[in-house]
Amino acid sequence: MQHTKRAVVTGVALLSALALAGCAGGGGSTDGGADAAACAPSDGDVTLEFTSWIPGIEDVVAMWNEENPDIQVEVQTGPNGNGGTYKSFFSQLEAGNAPDLGQIEYDALSSFRVQDGLENLAACEDVVAAEDEFIPWTWGQVTLGTEDGVYGVPQDSGPMALFYRSDLFEQNGIDVPTTWEEYKAAAVKVREAGGYITNFSTADINQFAGFVWQGNGDWFTNDGDEWTVDLTGEQSTTVAEYWQELLDEDLVATYPAWTEEWNNAYNSGEVWTWNSAVWGANSISSGAPDTAGNWSVAPSPQWAAGDASSGNWGGSSIAVFKGTEHLYEATKFALWLNTSDEALTALNESANIYPATTAGLDLPSLQEGVEFYGGQKIYDVFAEAAGQVNPDFVWGPTMTQTYADVSDGFQKAVTGQGTLIEALEAAQESTIATLKAQSIPVAE
Amino acid sequence: MSLLTRTDGALADDLKPSRGPRESILSRGAALVVMGVFTLYFLVPIWWLFIASTKDRGDLLTTNALWFSDWNFFANVGDLFAYNDGIYLRWLVNSLGYAGIGALLATVVAGMCGYALAKYRFRGREVFFNVVLGGVLVPATALALPLFLLFSQVNLTNTFWAVLLPSIVSPFGVYLSRIYATASVPDELIEAGRIDGAGEVRTFFTISMRLMTPALVTVFLFQFVSIWNNFFLPLIMLRSQELFPVTFGLYSWNTQLNQIPELRTYVLVGSFLSIVPLIVAFLLLQRFWRNGLGTGSVK
Repeated sequence: MQHTKRAVVTGVALLSALALAGCAGGGGSTDGGADAAACAPSDGDVTLEFTSWIPGIEDVVAMWNEENPDIQVEVQTGPNGNGGTYKSFFSQLEAGNAPDLGQIEYDALSSFRVQDGLENLAACEDVVAAEDEFIPWTWGQVTLGTEDGVYGVPQDSGPMALFYRSDLFEQNGIDVPTTWEEYKAAAVKVREAGGYITNFSTADINQFAGFVWQGNGDWFTNDGDEWTVDLTGEQSTTVAEYWQELLDEDLVATYPAWTEEWNNAYNSGEVWTWNSAVWGANSISSGAPDTAGNWSVAPSPQWAAGDASSGNWGGSSIAVFKGTEHLYEATKFALWLNTSDEALTALNESANIYPATTAGLDLPSLQEGVEFYGGQKIYDVFAEAAGQVNPDFVWGPTMTQTYADVSDGFQKAVTGQGTLIEALEAAQESTIATLKAQSIPVAE
Repeated sequence: MSLLTRTDGALADDLKPSRGPRESILSRGAALVVMGVFTLYFLVPIWWLFIASTKDRGDLLTTNALWFSDWNFFANVGDLFAYNDGIYLRWLVNSLGYAGIGALLATVVAGMCGYALAKYRFRGREVFFNVVLGGVLVPATALALPLFLLFSQVNLTNTFWAVLLPSIVSPFGVYLSRIYATASVPDELIEAGRIDGAGEVRTFFTISMRLMTPALVTVFLFQFVSIWNNFFLPLIMLRSQELFPVTFGLYSWNTQLNQIPELRTYVLVGSFLSIVPLIVAFLLLQRFWRNGLGTGSVK
């Protein structure tokens, strides 16, 4: 595995170099107004290529193909985005043979746009008109903070809440925390009872970003001309100091996320809570099968008592790649895939996709009690959280590098060589340097 | 082999001086420990993989990682081959195709090239050889992207050829074939062939190639293993999962574990089964490179 990782990293480096060479001087961030004429129906039958790694996507696409003989969609698949498909997209863009549509997670969308790899969907009336169907913040994720740009159709979202072991909390007479302050107090009691309240993962920078997002912090802003990087802003600092305290006082475990040890820590009851996104429900039930029936979901702890604010972790969009000859048909398909009841139901069944439309949150499958969670209707909690996510949070164009740097720093902090704040400071500097190296304008 | 035979036939007293410095128990023990550690180091992961493939998903996380619990191996294998319309079998066949055909062609090409470099004198021979040798230093990963751009020009990406064609090139094979041909194919034998009226091509295929068998088998095995394990090239080139080799297919499953937990078992069983062809190839071919076939042919 180590080997393949290195290969992939080398590949990324090469790709960035190639991409740079390809768009020297072109890394601008203003795309101007969208051209409505560009989004006209094509003559005759159309075949679209669509790359996605969502399990079961073939079956959903087959439903579309049946109903739309004149717009056929061919699915291509591969590893998940960061696992290699993004690299593949970039090289296809470079070679000029990208598919018409592709799955892109929100945090990677900016990098594709900066490399000029995406069509602006604002040219299509249908897309613009669909804005109201989506949860506001998911739309913010595809406009990338611009006024007149739409760079994808939101597919799913990852509103965050608190998964906790209701049985252990009850047995030990600990109240379920509603604020981060209470969460820390609970952590002390959990530690006394022999467990850890949660696991601080050095790899999941997305989770950390979710905490910052919850507190209305901003890591990146883009005013149309320049990017502002603010990893060390007030909210980031607050979050980092908070977790640093928990680490210093040995109140959280530090297993590498998604490993067997990590699963075991949850399965054996050593770790009691997880602040995670809606899709985390599946991770727990598969990773900790012995704890079935003992988990519950509560709203995320808040920074101030009485607040109702939620973070987001994950989610993706369907984007149309630059160079497609069928923008109109591509957006038609993307809208069907992400707004129609039949597609959303199928996606939810096959891959636990949590819809990005407001109507999608009312899917029948999301109204039922979940056995693993003691029959609790956990999706009610997430539906509420989905409405409490700040719509203005924007991802930067070089997230892969930012994540890697923060993660390196966090790893050091966990082993006691440095702090979380220092990690953010270092990542702040290197992010600015990376942006400059790619000729992306940065405000300082 | 020869050392042993000699020991058997000789008297113990005669042997003592020829044994060289007597090894102490300590150094022998140290050597054994080092070998033992390495053997464990290589075998434990395979053992773990085997054990893991015999468990169902619940036991995998909860029971001892290095010992059996309930035996589910055949059920797991059945599920693996049934999942997604048996795509795993398809991947296995693809891998055999890429690695088998690719390694075979690579061996023929490298063998001919190395032989020519060893046996014919022509202008620029050393320059040519050095350029090929330089190819050994270029990692396959670094070539994947330029290859992708080239293949895109001729519409060959996302085809069987996109992975097969680059696999035919083996600079290391050329190098090995050249030094082996120099050492094992006597000029006199080629001369004899010519006098008997055989053309150069016939001489190569009927005489030289047989003498070079140990080297060619080595080239084949090296190439087979490296194509089998090649990951980055399929990642860049392929988009249709019907074309994936088994390593890349398993990898793409592995990146989806969070969405479909049952894939964890399939990835484990699939990985275990995917090393079987490599082991078979080694066992079948190892006897070919025991000794030089041409030894003594011109004496």
